[in-house]
Amino acid sequence: MLEIKEQPAAPAGPEPAAFEGWKAKDLLDTDTLSTANIETIMETAEAMREVRARPVGKVATLRGATVATLFYEQSTRTRASFEVAAKALGADVVNLSASGSSVEKGESLIDTVRTLEAIGTGVIVIRHKSSGAPYLAAANTSASIINGGDGTHAHPTQALLDLFTMRRHVGSLQGRKVVIVGDILHSRVARSNVWTLLASGARVVLAGPPTLLPRTLALSGELGGCEVTADFDDAIAGADVVMALRIQKERQEGGLIPSLREYIRGYQLNATRLKRANPGALVMHPGPMNEGIEIAPDVAHGLASVIEEQVANGVAVRMAVLYLIVTGRAP
Amino acid sequence: MSESLLIRGGRVIDPSAGLDGELDILVRNGTVETIAPAIEPGTARLIDARGCIVAPGFVDLHTHLREPGFEHKGTIASETRAALRGGFTTVCAMPNTEPPPDSATAVEALLERIAQDAAVRVLPIGCVTRGRNGRELAELGELAAAGCIAFSDDGSPVADGRLMRNALQYAAALGLPLSEHCDDPVLSAGGTMNEGRISERLGLSGQPAAAEVAAIARNTALCEATGARLHIAHITTERGLALVAEARQRGLPISCEVTPSHLFLTEEAVFGDGPAPAYDTNAKVNPPLRTAADRAALSSGVNAGIIDAIATDHAPHAIQDKLCEFDQAAFGISCIETALSTVVSLALRGELDLIRAIGALTIGPVRAFGIDRRVPGAGTLAPGRAGDITVFDPAARWQAGPGTLVSKGKNTPLLGRELPGRVRAVVLRGELAHLEEPAHA
Repeated sequence: MLEIKEQPAAPAGPEPAAFEGWKAKDLLDTDTLSTANIETIMETAEAMREVRARPVGKVATLRGATVATLFYEQSTRTRASFEVAAKALGADVVNLSASGSSVEKGESLIDTVRTLEAIGTGVIVIRHKSSGAPYLAAANTSASIINGGDGTHAHPTQALLDLFTMRRHVGSLQGRKVVIVGDILHSRVARSNVWTLLASGARVVLAGPPTLLPRTLALSGELGGCEVTADFDDAIAGADVVMALRIQKERQEGGLIPSLREYIRGYQLNATRLKRANPGALVMHPGPMNEGIEIAPDVAHGLASVIEEQVANGVAVRMAVLYLIVTGRAP
Repeated sequence: MSESLLIRGGRVIDPSAGLDGELDILVRNGTVETIAPAIEPGTARLIDARGCIVAPGFVDLHTHLREPGFEHKGTIASETRAALRGGFTTVCAMPNTEPPPDSATAVEALLERIAQDAAVRVLPIGCVTRGRNGRELAELGELAAAGCIAFSDDGSPVADGRLMRNALQYAAALGLPLSEHCDDPVLSAGGTMNEGRISERLGLSGQPAAAEVAAIARNTALCEATGARLHIAHITTERGLALVAEARQRGLPISCEVTPSHLFLTEEAVFGDGPAPAYDTNAKVNPPLRTAADRAALSSGVNAGIIDAIATDHAPHAIQDKLCEFDQAAFGISCIETALSTVVSLALRGELDLIRAIGALTIGPVRAFGIDRRVPGAGTLAPGRAGDITVFDPAARWQAGPGTLVSKGKNTPLLGRELPGRVRAVVLRGELAHLEEPAHA
């Protein structure tokens, strides 16, 4: 089992070889993680959660390492969560946004990550509006890249913290029914969740308006046994976990939903619908919520909701990812 | 005074004449003089074509030379040299330049540059609308008189159906074809690849096949209403091809082309071969690479003669245009030098009929655009005519890479791939324009 010393402490000695399960330069998505990789991350996150529960809540394991957050898109929780996680491990943190940096002067993503690498940044967390941008960065720098959300593609640390939260309440997800509802087609959260949930043996159902479902992908069989449906009432029956996604108001302008009113009628996670799920089913949301639209306020803050816990667990999971990536790369 | 050439010992294939046999070709005074077995060389320079295929010089209906306006991507000099290396002796230059050839003055200026710099024969395609803006017709009669071989707004489909009908009426009166990128721009708005399994997997916005099919259906109806010669540029979908086949069966004057990229690759190329996605911007092209079923239908279309031409849509780009985020990257594949190799690969695999494919690189495009009226004998080995010949070794293998491609654009998803089929010699207007001795000779 992992042992992490509290700060202040002598520089960490050689780590036990407990992390053979996942050694990687980057974390770009969950699709290439094996069940064993995921298990390693979950176990490490559990240890990090214990660290966070201590009075000081910090260790010096990554002292001397520099982590940069490079955000081309607005974010509150993901960025703050990574920053807190890196600092809790004793790393130094540099925060860069697209506005107020050389990006505004037209610097390319590749040049920016190479500059960060040159000033000694070992890990760069990237949030970008273009799907695939972290892959471009990873292929062009020897710094580790963690995908903090790329366009409508992937958000691996969100999926890992979601899984971590589910496991704490449900235990093993083998055979459990997890329903994700909303704009699946444009959701990086849903996409990354599918891979971790399938690897965990869950039964995954993706529900949403017909215009917002990845139909061709589901039909291709590439999502395993993942089901896709426009009938949320049917989907939620017998669910053990229900995760509502944020609906972007632009979808209405694009004609993908006729109105928010109709969206609410068909797809809002509310108390009536929740009754159709299994007793004790978890209510989740990656945030930020549009309360009263994709989720009713009483459900969002009700007994079944673990939404705030998701945020808290996010720090532990990101500590685990940072820890595994940095120590896994050490010579 | 040009020297005489004897191309000896090759397999001569000229689909326009139904010719296929081990023959020698004697080229003298700027043209093919004789095609016969075992010609006596006399004083002619010998070109050893043993093991090679000897065909009419290839004709490309869809080339982006980039000049004027985008010389950092390619120039008339660089891209016609690339064409020559790829075995092409005639290319039709697409009008997405800056300024575009939408007036007689612009076409004349372009022809002057071509006369100075071009390494192969270049025939300009004029714009359909002013500035390719899709709002007002260009002066099509003047463009025809200035020397345009066809009309097209290239990557900007003529979305307005009424304007398209008017353009087709003028084209019909002028006897020139209109080459159209068939796409419903509203349906495919913002799409960066084929809409489907891979776009959904990668979180990329897609262009649905229906956007092409719907535009082909509309343009076919307008072709029928006007009697104009409609040429469908770079067709990509199985269903769109079925519409073309049906229209031709009814006798409509419709021709179409397919690119070597769409014959050889699918949407999978964006994902790449690895377990994690590559987001390969070199596989980003408009219209997008489609599904395996579409690809198979396109090969069958060439074999059945429904597809008239294999046209490259050669689209060179500078490094920075492609080395960026996928949605920011430019559309297009640099492929005029790899076109033959992809065709040979498909022929070796038994997917393409070699004779049909050579026809689609020679006489097919000539007939589609009526090029023989401008260049008598183009796309054939007819004695006394154009005198364009391409000699290639289908067994020779090479690797496409920054060092081997002469185009300014190194943007191809085939980078690093070993390919069969290498052009050994090109004769242009009866003169040896390119010769590459085999490395082991």
